[in-house]
Amino acid sequence: MINTEQGMSQSLKNKIIALIILAVAVAISLAYHFAPVAHIDKIVNPLNIIPSIPLGAIVDGFIDWLTDQIGLITRGISDFIENAMDLLTYAILWFPSFIMTILFSLLAWRLSSRQVALFAFIGLLLVNNMGYWTEAIETLSMIVISVGISVAIGVPVGILSTRSDLIHKIVWPILDFMQTMPAFVYLIPAVFFFGTGEVGGMIATIIFSMPPVIRLTGLGIRQVSQEVIEACVAFGSTDWQKLTKVQLPLGMPTIMAGINQCIMLALSMVVIASMIGAGGLGDAVRYGVSRVNIEVGFESGISVVILAIILDRITQSTRKQTEEEGE
Amino acid sequence: MSGIKVENLSKLFGNNPKKAFELLDQGYSKDEVFKKTGQAVGVYNASFHVEKGEIFVVMGLSGSGKSTLIRCLNRLIDPTRGKVIIEEEDVTAMDYEKLREFRRIKQSMVFQRFALFPHRTVLENAAFGLEIQEVEKEEREKKGKEALELVGLEGWENRYPDQLSGGMQQRVGLARCLAVDPGILFMDEAFSALDPLIRREMQDELLALQEKVGKTIVFITHDLDEALKLGDRVAIMKDGVIVQIGTPEDILTDPANNYVAKFVEDVDMSKVLTAEGVMIKSKAVAYPKDGPRVALRKMREEGISGIFVVDRQWKLLGYVSAETAKQAAEKGDTDLTNIIQKNIPSVLAYTTLNELFETAANTSIPVAVVDEENKLKGLIVRGSLLAGLVKEEAND
Repeated sequence: MINTEQGMSQSLKNKIIALIILAVAVAISLAYHFAPVAHIDKIVNPLNIIPSIPLGAIVDGFIDWLTDQIGLITRGISDFIENAMDLLTYAILWFPSFIMTILFSLLAWRLSSRQVALFAFIGLLLVNNMGYWTEAIETLSMIVISVGISVAIGVPVGILSTRSDLIHKIVWPILDFMQTMPAFVYLIPAVFFFGTGEVGGMIATIIFSMPPVIRLTGLGIRQVSQEVIEACVAFGSTDWQKLTKVQLPLGMPTIMAGINQCIMLALSMVVIASMIGAGGLGDAVRYGVSRVNIEVGFESGISVVILAIILDRITQSTRKQTEEEGE
Repeated sequence: MSGIKVENLSKLFGNNPKKAFELLDQGYSKDEVFKKTGQAVGVYNASFHVEKGEIFVVMGLSGSGKSTLIRCLNRLIDPTRGKVIIEEEDVTAMDYEKLREFRRIKQSMVFQRFALFPHRTVLENAAFGLEIQEVEKEEREKKGKEALELVGLEGWENRYPDQLSGGMQQRVGLARCLAVDPGILFMDEAFSALDPLIRREMQDELLALQEKVGKTIVFITHDLDEALKLGDRVAIMKDGVIVQIGTPEDILTDPANNYVAKFVEDVDMSKVLTAEGVMIKSKAVAYPKDGPRVALRKMREEGISGIFVVDRQWKLLGYVSAETAKQAAEKGDTDLTNIIQKNIPSVLAYTTLNELFETAANTSIPVAVVDEENKLKGLIVRGSLLAGLVKEEAND
């Protein structure tokens, strides 16, 4: 009884304090608004003591410096991505579009189900019919290569983050940062380091789509039951054996979910990346938007959707398969 | 010295064990130490020795530190202080490489919730330890199959663990250990997750299996009945400290303190006490060459109405009652050979009381207690059977 009474008086006290603080704040603000001097806030605002921090300028300077320092590396990366991209696009476009449509449908059938295969067949015919085949293939190549690079970097980083708390503590805030940063902003450093065009667009795509791979790889590995890990260690396995024989196979469904998300993010980014001239379907979408051309906008938009659904269904079904194997 | 030797093993959780050890060494309890230093005591100064081929059971309630203790033995948890010496090797001093070698070859572990690999078939699970040792696929599948056969799971090789019942899953867990053929098995509450009927079945099978394979087993349990049934010796743990080590009978008949005594008071004594525990030493025996008169005199001296006849090696030959001896004496026989009653009830020394009630009830002469070589060790009269039970109850 005594305790609850004390508790009540305590919470009452808190409320009164909050009210007083609010009242003082309102009173000072009123004084500001009705002060006889114009722009009083410029004169007596205590925040004015701190000079404005040139955050933007600092980052700008840093990027400039970095561009000079690592020019050789960025050129190498740029060449690699461009060549891979050209090769893949050329290879796919070398086949006549109807043959490629059938091959894609068969692949969808093999990896997923008959329904998905049917959808892929009709969808790709439609894309072809609307005349966006080349653009769609360009976009697809960009996605395949960006996602490939995202996974190649993201999975190892995800694994590393489970192995040391320090890495985890460094990587996780960066991921938060990366995921809340508006997507357009990535275009700026991409242009700085890699110039406009498809390479800059793909670099932005890689950075933008990587966080879910890292996060879900870490999550997948961490959620493997402690007892199973203990059993693995008790049999004298090395760290590598533990990773490859137990943690990765059991974490695979979650890792696949990360790759699925990565593909979806990449798809949305390659459209945005058309702003820096990345080409593909994004160009058509941008043209439609800037000219308020509903015809082009809708046709290119629906092509993106078709591509998205096919990629999503295929990766989801491979995820379910690994899940079943995992169980 | 082979087997497992544990010396002053302690495990504290926390980053400042020194202060906590000082307090513990001064005799403060686990709770007091936690309050004063924030260090949680897992195990404190555990010392014991497990003989080769023995089943050593560590029994304690949850939080008593028994799971921590067993994990210190293969260093799934690194002990804070003390030594673990297994087959003359100091496990606590091993580096990572040597420790892994030790884990691969010398020991295996069975877990409470089985800890099977859900993405692997039963056979792949059973062969896991060998896979870790990088044994050729053909060889490890052969050994995996043999191990599965040993636990009665032939024909289930290609199923996945979740298609099996709990009891069968734990058999896979056991097979996974046996496949590597280690000298030592660590079993952490291996049967606790199973329902009582299956649990008893598994206990029986473990004992039968042990007859065949003769491993050194450290078995953790919170179930006293299980401890008494399986253990050649039992250690009882409370608050991280071993309070008593002894054979099941020691624990029951001579509890080290109130805690142990309270524990054992509900045990059905007839299932634990053995014939050896309640028998009385036969005060006199007769030899076949003794005449009936000698036998009669021995009986009269001891005030008994019959006497067991043994040979020179104390092997039981039979029984002679006072009445037949008298008749023989009147007939003028000079030895007992003709009057020995050969078909008499006898039980082995380790028979539990509940199994010999019936034997004792159906006979009018005492029940002979013999060892495996049929040597007479003692005898049980109906009175001593009851007295044995009553005495134990009174002790509690």
